[in-house]
Amino acid sequence: MEKYDSNIVRPSDLAETIAKRWHWQLNVSLNAKLSQCYVECDRSHLLDLCRWLIDDMEYDFASLIVEEASDAWLLRYIFYSESSSEQVHLCLSLNKMEKTIPSISRIIHAADWREREARDLFGLEFEGHPRLVNIVLHEEWPEGVHPLRKDFDGTRPYPHREVEPSWRPPRVVQGPGVFMMPIGPVFSDAAESALFLLETVGEDVIRTTPRFFYKFRGVEKIAEGQSVDRVLLLAERFSGTSAFGHSLAFCQAVETICRIDVPARAKTLRVIFAELERFRHHLATIAGICNSTALAVATSQASILEEEALRLCCTLTGHRYLFGLNIPGGVALDLGKEQGDILRHALPVLFKNLERLYNLLRYSSSFLDRLEEVGMVAKEDARSYGLVGPIARASGIARDLRKVLPYATYAEVPFEVPTEEEGDGYTRLRVLFREAEQSVKIITALSSSLPEGEASAPGVAVKPGAALGWAEAPRGATFHWLRIAEDGNVARYHLTTPSFTNWHGFHLAAEDFAFQDFPIIMATFGLSNAECDR
Amino acid sequence: MWKWVWEGIRRGIVTTAYPARQETAPGVSPGFPAGMPRTVVASEEIEAVVSCCPTEALVREDRQVSFQEQRCIHCYRCLRHLTPPLEWQRQGNYEWAASSRPRAEMEKKFGKSFRRSLHLRVIDAGACGACLSEIEQLNKPYYNMHRLGFFLTPTPRDADVLLVAGPVTDHMRLPLLKAYEAMPAPKGVLALGACAIWGGIFGSSFASLGGASSLIPVDILVPGCPPPPLAILHALLAMVGRAQPKMCLPADSPQGGKTHV
Repeated sequence: MEKYDSNIVRPSDLAETIAKRWHWQLNVSLNAKLSQCYVECDRSHLLDLCRWLIDDMEYDFASLIVEEASDAWLLRYIFYSESSSEQVHLCLSLNKMEKTIPSISRIIHAADWREREARDLFGLEFEGHPRLVNIVLHEEWPEGVHPLRKDFDGTRPYPHREVEPSWRPPRVVQGPGVFMMPIGPVFSDAAESALFLLETVGEDVIRTTPRFFYKFRGVEKIAEGQSVDRVLLLAERFSGTSAFGHSLAFCQAVETICRIDVPARAKTLRVIFAELERFRHHLATIAGICNSTALAVATSQASILEEEALRLCCTLTGHRYLFGLNIPGGVALDLGKEQGDILRHALPVLFKNLERLYNLLRYSSSFLDRLEEVGMVAKEDARSYGLVGPIARASGIARDLRKVLPYATYAEVPFEVPTEEEGDGYTRLRVLFREAEQSVKIITALSSSLPEGEASAPGVAVKPGAALGWAEAPRGATFHWLRIAEDGNVARYHLTTPSFTNWHGFHLAAEDFAFQDFPIIMATFGLSNAECDR
Repeated sequence: MWKWVWEGIRRGIVTTAYPARQETAPGVSPGFPAGMPRTVVASEEIEAVVSCCPTEALVREDRQVSFQEQRCIHCYRCLRHLTPPLEWQRQGNYEWAASSRPRAEMEKKFGKSFRRSLHLRVIDAGACGACLSEIEQLNKPYYNMHRLGFFLTPTPRDADVLLVAGPVTDHMRLPLLKAYEAMPAPKGVLALGACAIWGGIFGSSFASLGGASSLIPVDILVPGCPPPPLAILHALLAMVGRAQPKMCLPADSPQGGKTHV
């Protein structure tokens, strides 16, 4: 099912172990350049392989990618690990007539939402899934319509069926005095649309059922048949607050497919911009956390820093949210000496004020009372839900794509991945502060020693093929799967986003806590529904 | 607690002087191509300029290239991938609000009593998050829209103006309609950013309507991707007749909010 590159080398230890263990029945190959191990697997071996990867090899599940070929369903299960720099792709090819696949959700809880998503979008049935109900398509979509199938026309409006406006999902908790409190989809001041159904007996939230995809724009479908240049605009605009991280993952996928060598200067500039985005994003999340606890002066101070970071981004690159920078082959804009000076002058001032804010916050007992031991996520839960980003790192999982699957020049940049164990709201805040500090360190180190050369590779030609691009976006690991057809247009674009991954685990933190803690827990998660819903 | 009071005083006032004075600080606006419409003699050059724009913001009109602010998404391709590049204007370029209604009509709609007390409800109809982040900045010290009498309200029943961001996804169609219907009259609608004006990069598809005007009447359009806080502030001032918006064709007309030349 997969045409492998010519540069396949002898199987590594992992590939050999897999092949041996399954008595050479599975076709295992390795792309050493990308550190990817491909296992051509069939349905009878799928569950065994998953169990072995998760339990024995301590791999984590990253994503499930479904593709529709003319005669087959191609499923790709991606695994990665905290300790190894190898990815494992389990590739499963199914006859088009078959629509049932063994569900891996009972072994890997992190796959739960991804299998539900694949069911909604492609109409595949996952046998043995604990709760295979809709997630992407809401009740106005009729049964049997699956928008990511090739025969579905995504360009025209789809006539939906009418639904009862007062529709509510069934209540789970039954008992005297239990009621359901709906929050959303339109709520709070400028919150993103989502519906949270909180079941409570008055004070404690017993069960949280979030409903997302109110903002489903069908990015993956509308990308199909469009040119790479055009899909790049979608990649950076579907989640505007993490635009650079996503456009970077997309461009790296294009560069892998088209075998483009990115100049060293471009790689370094990408790291600088990515860290600038992370710094700005973390400032915004910190401001959101202060706001959720109604600490007015702290909110104002954090927001002042956020706006100053936005203005700095705009002064350096022209855009406040770093749009229009990444292009296949590098970045569209070089940093001149003047901009370098602005950056080196402005960043330490911002950072000094951020440290000042942190030192004030950590001695404000009324603030800490609202955060400490609130919204707990235990390490084992974080692992089984496959959580990513600062949320996972606050629960003791040190996984960071910049370290485990280094891209751009992260392998050569010295930095730490702040990791803490407690997993409560205050821990997540501390991780945000410490990551912002690391970002400043990286930018300071790199901006004074930019390598000479071009900011982008000349003469980029689009070639057909498929590849995975990844990046550690501000909210965590993102994987962009891209297939370019023979005509140079995009045939399949799949987005694995940190907000989707982490919203899955949100209910862990939001259950068994007092009702008034809910907005605070949500702020400490700092997730984006635009990024989740796509 | 005194530490926080001291911290607030120490930091001082950072709020912009706009609209009393123009804001001159760098980095407040992503800007737009300047000097438009531009007369170009060579037909190949017109072709090159027009074809580098992915959203048809640069259009050919006879021997001229004209620029449609509403369609621009700041991809900078006409600045960074075109030789010679178009000139961009950032400094002081943020008063972008456009309306198809004459000023007299807008003044009549909200009258004098709303001039310093206008309540806003934000509806996220599929926004990428950048528009919402810019709205939040309006509520924060640098822009502080309270000083001008604009307030965010958590319920549409208290709202005078609906700020719609995003291309209006199918799943948000019903909540948006319900919010609009729940508002007391007079009600105004502000379409925020390229997405809410014409669908932006997402356009109209199986999952989104391609703009708010196909569902509810829109009074003022704020171009930009995202519109910077000062552009939104300018639109709000225009809503209550305290600033002059540009004139444009009605947003639901075939040309979709095209500016009058």
